[in-house]
Amino acid sequence: MTGPEPSVSRTVRVRVNGERHERTVEVRTTLADFLRDDLGLTGTHVGCEHGVCGACTVLVAGEPVRSCLLLAVQAEDTDVTTVEGLADGDRLHPLQQAFWDHHALQCGFCTPGILLTMKAFLEECPHPSDEQIREALSGNLCRCTGYHFIVEAIRAAATRGH
Amino acid sequence: MGARYFGAAVKRREDPRFLRGEGRFLDDVTLPGLLHAAFLRSPHAHARITAVRTEAAAAMPGVVRVFAFADLERWMKPLPLFGAPPPGLAAAIRFDLRQAPQYPLCRDRTRYVGEIVAMVVADSRARAEDAAERIEVEWAPLPPVTDMRAAAETGAPLLHPEWATNVAVGFTHAIGDAAAAFADAEVTLEETFTIQRYVGMPLEGRGVVAAWDRRDGTLTTWNSTQVSHFVQQGLAAVLELPPHKVRVIAPDLGGGFGTKASGYAEDALIPIAARVLGRPVKWVEDRREHMVGAAHARHQVHAIALAARRDGTILAVRDRIWLDLGAYNVWGIVLPYNTVAHLIGPYRIRNLHVDVKGVVTNKTPNAPYRGAGRPETVFAMDRAVDCLARRLAMDPADIRRRNYIRPDELPYDFGMPYRDGNPLVYDTGDFPAALEAALNAVGYDELRREQGRLRTDGVHRGLGISGYVEGTAIGPFEGATVKLDLSGRVSVATGAVNSGQGHETTFAQIAADTLGVPLDWVTVIGGDTAAVPFGIGTFASRSAVTAGNSIADAAHEVRQKLVQAAALLLEASPADIDIEDGRAAVRGVPASAVPLARVIQAAIPTFARPGVVSPDFEATAYHHVPTVTYASAVHVAHVEVDVGTGLVKLLRYVVAHDCGKVINPLIVEGQVHGGVAQGVGGALYEEMVYDESGQLLTGTLMDYLVPTAMELPPIETVHLEFPSSRNPLGVKGLGEGGAISPPAAIANAVDDALAPYGVRITATPASPARILALIEPRRL
Amino acid sequence: MKPPPFAYVAPRTLAETLEHLAAAGDDAKVLAGGQSLVPMLNLRLARPALIVDINRVAGLDRLVTENGRLRVGALVRQRGLERWAAREVPLLAAGLRLVGHVAIRNRGTVAGSIAHADPASELPALLLCLDGTVVAESRRGRREIAAAALFQGPLVTALAADELITETRFELPGAGAGWGFHEVARRHGDFALVGVAAVIAREGGRVARARVAVFGAAPTTVRAEAAEHALVGHEPTPKQIAEAAEAGAAALAPVDDLHASAGYRRRVARTLLERALTDAGGRGAA
Repeated sequence: MTGPEPSVSRTVRVRVNGERHERTVEVRTTLADFLRDDLGLTGTHVGCEHGVCGACTVLVAGEPVRSCLLLAVQAEDTDVTTVEGLADGDRLHPLQQAFWDHHALQCGFCTPGILLTMKAFLEECPHPSDEQIREALSGNLCRCTGYHFIVEAIRAAATRGH
Repeated sequence: MGARYFGAAVKRREDPRFLRGEGRFLDDVTLPGLLHAAFLRSPHAHARITAVRTEAAAAMPGVVRVFAFADLERWMKPLPLFGAPPPGLAAAIRFDLRQAPQYPLCRDRTRYVGEIVAMVVADSRARAEDAAERIEVEWAPLPPVTDMRAAAETGAPLLHPEWATNVAVGFTHAIGDAAAAFADAEVTLEETFTIQRYVGMPLEGRGVVAAWDRRDGTLTTWNSTQVSHFVQQGLAAVLELPPHKVRVIAPDLGGGFGTKASGYAEDALIPIAARVLGRPVKWVEDRREHMVGAAHARHQVHAIALAARRDGTILAVRDRIWLDLGAYNVWGIVLPYNTVAHLIGPYRIRNLHVDVKGVVTNKTPNAPYRGAGRPETVFAMDRAVDCLARRLAMDPADIRRRNYIRPDELPYDFGMPYRDGNPLVYDTGDFPAALEAALNAVGYDELRREQGRLRTDGVHRGLGISGYVEGTAIGPFEGATVKLDLSGRVSVATGAVNSGQGHETTFAQIAADTLGVPLDWVTVIGGDTAAVPFGIGTFASRSAVTAGNSIADAAHEVRQKLVQAAALLLEASPADIDIEDGRAAVRGVPASAVPLARVIQAAIPTFARPGVVSPDFEATAYHHVPTVTYASAVHVAHVEVDVGTGLVKLLRYVVAHDCGKVINPLIVEGQVHGGVAQGVGGALYEEMVYDESGQLLTGTLMDYLVPTAMELPPIETVHLEFPSSRNPLGVKGLGEGGAISPPAAIANAVDDALAPYGVRITATPASPARILALIEPRRL
Repeated sequence: MKPPPFAYVAPRTLAETLEHLAAAGDDAKVLAGGQSLVPMLNLRLARPALIVDINRVAGLDRLVTENGRLRVGALVRQRGLERWAAREVPLLAAGLRLVGHVAIRNRGTVAGSIAHADPASELPALLLCLDGTVVAESRRGRREIAAAALFQGPLVTALAADELITETRFELPGAGAGWGFHEVARRHGDFALVGVAAVIAREGGRVARARVAVFGAAPTTVRAEAAEHALVGHEPTPKQIAEAAEAGAAALAPVDDLHASAGYRRRVARTLLERALTDAGGRGAA
């Protein structure tokens, strides 16, 4: 057998919010648990562990993915953005500001996943209709807001030319 | 006293940390040396347990200990039970009430899939789960009972043999003379409606962290709970500690909805493990556990009948009601009686007869969930009213105009008690105004005309109305302590627990206005039993009324102390002192203004002098709330039904509601939106489905369908404001209302859309399969 | 919901990958997109001893058209094909848009969804509708399997334990072909209760060729051959389409499940056949 050998633990080198990290983990560790437990970045939330609720969404190479459905070892040599990487010091990202202005969060558990999903969405579709916003949102469950103010916040952020 | 913040759409103060991902939810709590727990849960709905062998599991890598009932026998006390009728209620109604104890671990019997049999504590959750799979249990299956009506019959297998029945709550009640009204009625309408089992499903599951400190004999536990003081009381009993040695802290909650307001085995098991092992232990509920381990809700059958005159005046209602309570009757008379107390709602119906049976079955036990019996009862009543309207060829709006209680009839005494044992009397509100407001907002008349035009093109749109009157803010209290520091900054501590409704903002608004300080001077701490000795928690839409008024009372007392001190400092009469924006001044003398820090400083003794007053700038208040105050609303749904597929599209949803005086209109709207979304879920999508052997078929979020942004329209809210006469702030509860009417409004709208087919929706969720099955035999 | 223990390897070449699969057989699972596999690991419904992560294998991510065929490498993400298809093959874009949600499609692969063979999913039906095949490779050799032979039952394919799909191939609809795609799901992005993908090519106003695939109404995706036969040689009038839809639905053998009965699926298949065929008839060149 040529090439790498199977193992039950591996060292992962990954860039998260621009910072390099290196940890050794059990290969069965998901990226979500790695970010939370190994790197202490608890802004990424775990809601279902089967890819439905979207609370765990992070950006890998700028694209939203379910971190509960990625093994940490799969993030080797990638650029990951979590919610902690959105604000610039004291300055909130325009989406975060829009969510604050429009009461687009209540318990806050789904919020990080939605912020990252919408960041990527607005980059691809800067002038969305409400219907497009709702479709882009449909992979993130919110149990508190009924989505109404979330859609308003995203519309406002898009209009402001984010 | 200014009203600078009360009523203002202030941005939420808690938002920045949530936006940055810096919230502190239960799983974010970490301690040195933390161990992790996983549970072995029963795969059987009903079985005796004849042996539990844990040796193989205990030998697995990373495992610290495996516990079954026998290993923790000295700690095994029954879980808390709730819902005994208060004296006023018990005096009026004879309840047949049975509640059986549930222990944190099954001893020799399990009664539902998901009930906990054993606990594993290990160095990681993954290794705890690996070990839990190696626990060997010998089961002797027993026949399960899963249908609530069959369970109530003689000869059904018994969940609690000592009861000799599966009826956990039974009662009848009457007001007026329903039998006479039915005998004389020109028209009667009978139908049976089924409301499915559906649940709160907060996005964050439950969780507990516990740490035992041997040095001072204190147990500290973080618990994603809405009721930290209840948990504290339960633990004090279990661990045989005085309450002040048990500290329960509710961290940030990722939703609650009532699902986190019940008493659970894990609340006790994790602290017990920490106590026994001498190490901190964490358990974070995963979604699969949550489906079977966290309280279920709803699930009622109503065989309802209305007696009426041909002009649409409703004379009487009769309702036989069954509730499926799951395996243990944890909540006593709460759900059954709530259901009865809210059946009539806004209608002027003076004759009532109800016959209620709350039944245990081999399913996850129920607990109150946003609405707690009201959505079910409103579904039965408003569906029956619409069916009656159709029978009489009346528009559903008109039949409500004829029967809604008018504002000049308030206060309106039903002649029966509310659940707290006090008379059920509607205090303030205007239900006809809400009806007209909702109809105007949706453009009802124009949509009716459009409906007719579109029907000829084969497009089936419909309108549905539903209204409720809701007893909100059950008492009897929620205390608050208001304290100032040297700088005049304010901390407000209360037993209320925030789970997304913005307490850190709304309570600060109340305190800031009452004291006369800037909003950002106020910090609100909720749900920590160390901060407030007596408390109840947040559920039943109670916290604005109960905690809000306590905060106002306590802040008022502190303000008085500040005024006294400022008067002495500024050499003026207390009557001439104003406090505004964090400064005290003599009225009319702006130059006299001093920051509150100066006032406080003046009260602090020095070597040279005592303080002008004692520096006791704190107060605690427990505002007494003997009975509820009545909020109300009317909802209108506009739908389109695809008769080729049975799919329902929600086009518009309008709410015209009264929650008394509004503290923060943004938060009020958010609560309405969220409630409506959960109601839509119940109307069209969500259901916990069991098979006949008691296996839960909807085991993940793939099958339990929480609505996404695509399933919900924008939600239009019209605010009416009829201040409560029952508390000084004039506020009413609000959190649950949005969830009450959607199933009725949407089912009414679907019936209306399909009027040419003459279908009648009698069950929710109104799934495409159900709708198509109703249409198919009637296709034109 | 933490996965059971397993070993993991991330080979760099196809040859290494096939070596691992040959050695481990039934005890190994391929990890490509992971959107179907990882939930099963988290739920402990899958317990492979070895996970073979193919995401580092070179040469598997090509997306090319040649001679009227679309060749999709094993690592092409659903989102990648969706973006390409939006410009080139709207039928594929319409179907892909309904596969879960964007975050799922950013990782999930076209080949992975096809290998998973959920009878209620869109990609197997699109493969069948477009006369697709898969290229399956193992250490023992290489073969091309037609869609109809590939799908054998719910989550069951003709693939052997040591085989890897390295490419999926779709016949591109001709320039004048019309297409239709309709599905019914409880919520946006859910697996379909039932769905239809259709392509019609006409000559001189009459249907010369029809390919209709139904999903969610049988243990695998199936061709609605009765519907196809009812159309070929005729003009796609509403009456003809209605007959074709009736014939197509009558031939289905759907099952009951939690979300819908067999009767519902059959009835709605008829509706969706009608709608998809109407769209296809209206879109193409006469």
